Amino acid sequence: MTQGKRIRILIAKPGLDGHDRGAKVVARALRNAGMEVIYVGLHQTPLQIVNAAIDEDVDAIGLSILSGAHKTIFTKVIALLKKRGVPKVLVFGGGTIPKKDWNGLKSMGVGEIFTPGSDTSKIINYLNRTLKRDKNV
Amino acid sequence: MKNEKIINEMVQKLLSGDRRMAARLITLVEDEAEENHEAMKQIYPHTGKAAIVGITGSAGSGKSCLIDHLIRKFRQQGKTIGVVAVDPSSPFSGGAFLGDRIRLQSHSSDDGVYIRSMASRGYLGGLTRSTHDVIRIIEAMGRDIVIVETLGAGQDEIDVIHIAQTCVVVTTPGMGDEIQALKAGLMEIADIIVLNKADLDGANTCIKNLQASLSITSFEEGEWVPQVIPTVAVASKPEDIRGIDELVSGILEHQKYLHISNALERVKFERVEQELGLIFKDELQKIIFKGLKGTGKKKKYIKSILEGKNDPYSVVEEILGSYLITDGERRNG
Ligand SMILES: Nc1nc2c(ncn2[C@@H]2O[C@H](COP(=O)(O)OP(=O)(O)OP(=O)(O)O)[C@@H](O)[C@H]2O)c(=O)[nH]1
Ligand SMILES: [Mg+2]
Repeated sequence: MTQGKRIRILIAKPGLDGHDRGAKVVARALRNAGMEVIYVGLHQTPLQIVNAAIDEDVDAIGLSILSGAHKTIFTKVIALLKKRGVPKVLVFGGGTIPKKDWNGLKSMGVGEIFTPGSDTSKIINYLNRTLKRDKNV
Repeated sequence: MKNEKIINEMVQKLLSGDRRMAARLITLVEDEAEENHEAMKQIYPHTGKAAIVGITGSAGSGKSCLIDHLIRKFRQQGKTIGVVAVDPSSPFSGGAFLGDRIRLQSHSSDDGVYIRSMASRGYLGGLTRSTHDVIRIIEAMGRDIVIVETLGAGQDEIDVIHIAQTCVVVTTPGMGDEIQALKAGLMEIADIIVLNKADLDGANTCIKNLQASLSITSFEEGEWVPQVIPTVAVASKPEDIRGIDELVSGILEHQKYLHISNALERVKFERVEQELGLIFKDELQKIIFKGLKGTGKKKKYIKSILEGKNDPYSVVEEILGSYLITDGERRNG
């Protein structure tokens, strides 16, 4: 159990609204699936999120967004990751993101989007599948 | 296996303060990747200069909130900071929920602050070989102060004393927390005892208990006497925050004491001693298990123990005997 690669995920809740129950549920589920979850909590700016992701050397960033500002937030996070030289970090999202925006977000580089109340096993499977493919170990 | 040259390039970047490289190298040692020996060999000579401050105490006692304040104060003094926050891994899934950053995120845009959350990965609470390596990597980045947060519930966590030069034990009023801490021996390792949440009922009694227990402890001439510092790390009004300046000066005073009393040499000696022990244990076990792999012997040994024909001590003696010549044998012949 001690040796070998462990998947590390940063979970953040950007935006102004103070409600992170959904994000915490996902964080716990990922932990129970054997991942190391760095939980940074509420009111995170894209810069804070990306800096934390770099320090923590995470494989993926999960953003829980309920405030409707999803487009700007994802755009900024993905642009910052590129600028800081870590474009390979997977970005995925959850929350109230209208379906009509999904394609646009995905073509921008968002890996996957999950609706509120999605079965957490769907998220776990997605991460295991996607991140293993990128691992050379 | 990455070759020496690639690792050397990585280490050079680390030495120039590149946090992305620090982050990647830390992952290498955490994952016990093949390259980690070579990396640590190259990193090691560039370590040993930082002040290392351990913050330990029971869950929720306010360690991270205090660290948030400490970072701010030390930054005002122009010092660069590294933080390692260790939390337990789940024994069932091996995963971990690392939440210390929630309190520290206001520093995440500060170039002078590097923060890393770390899961204990199967080791009970105490500090592991990887914790040692992670601290060394952060030192090599050129940080002036490295703060290590560990969950200190009892004896296991006393390991922190072997790494930290200045050991801060955090306790809180109520529920006899301070008595528990005394029992667990945490007070004996404390250079500074913080009573956080001093805004809560019972704080005064706690302080009295702590001071009383110190007053019956005898200290040698010139020996450091632990300070008891009440703090309030979180309050609805900022003016109600208390004890932070005292904590900062306590830490600096203790560092000064270490330097002038030569106690620093002892602390550094103990650190390397523990490091050496941990690496030996790990490597030896790896070599032995590697040797047994594929031979079916491990299974046979376990079965023979289960069947009552053998016991773990005899098995270990037998296996080690085939690898090592004991001192006695060497002398006799
Ligand atoms: N009343 C009061 N609450 C405090 C004080 N300091 C911290 N807290 C609260 O205590 C809780 C835990 O604080 P943390 O800093 O996360 O504690 P910790 O020791 O790092 O916790 P773990 O890392 O989970 O072991 C938070 O809800 C804080 O708001 C204080 O001085 N007074
Ligand atoms: Mg904490």
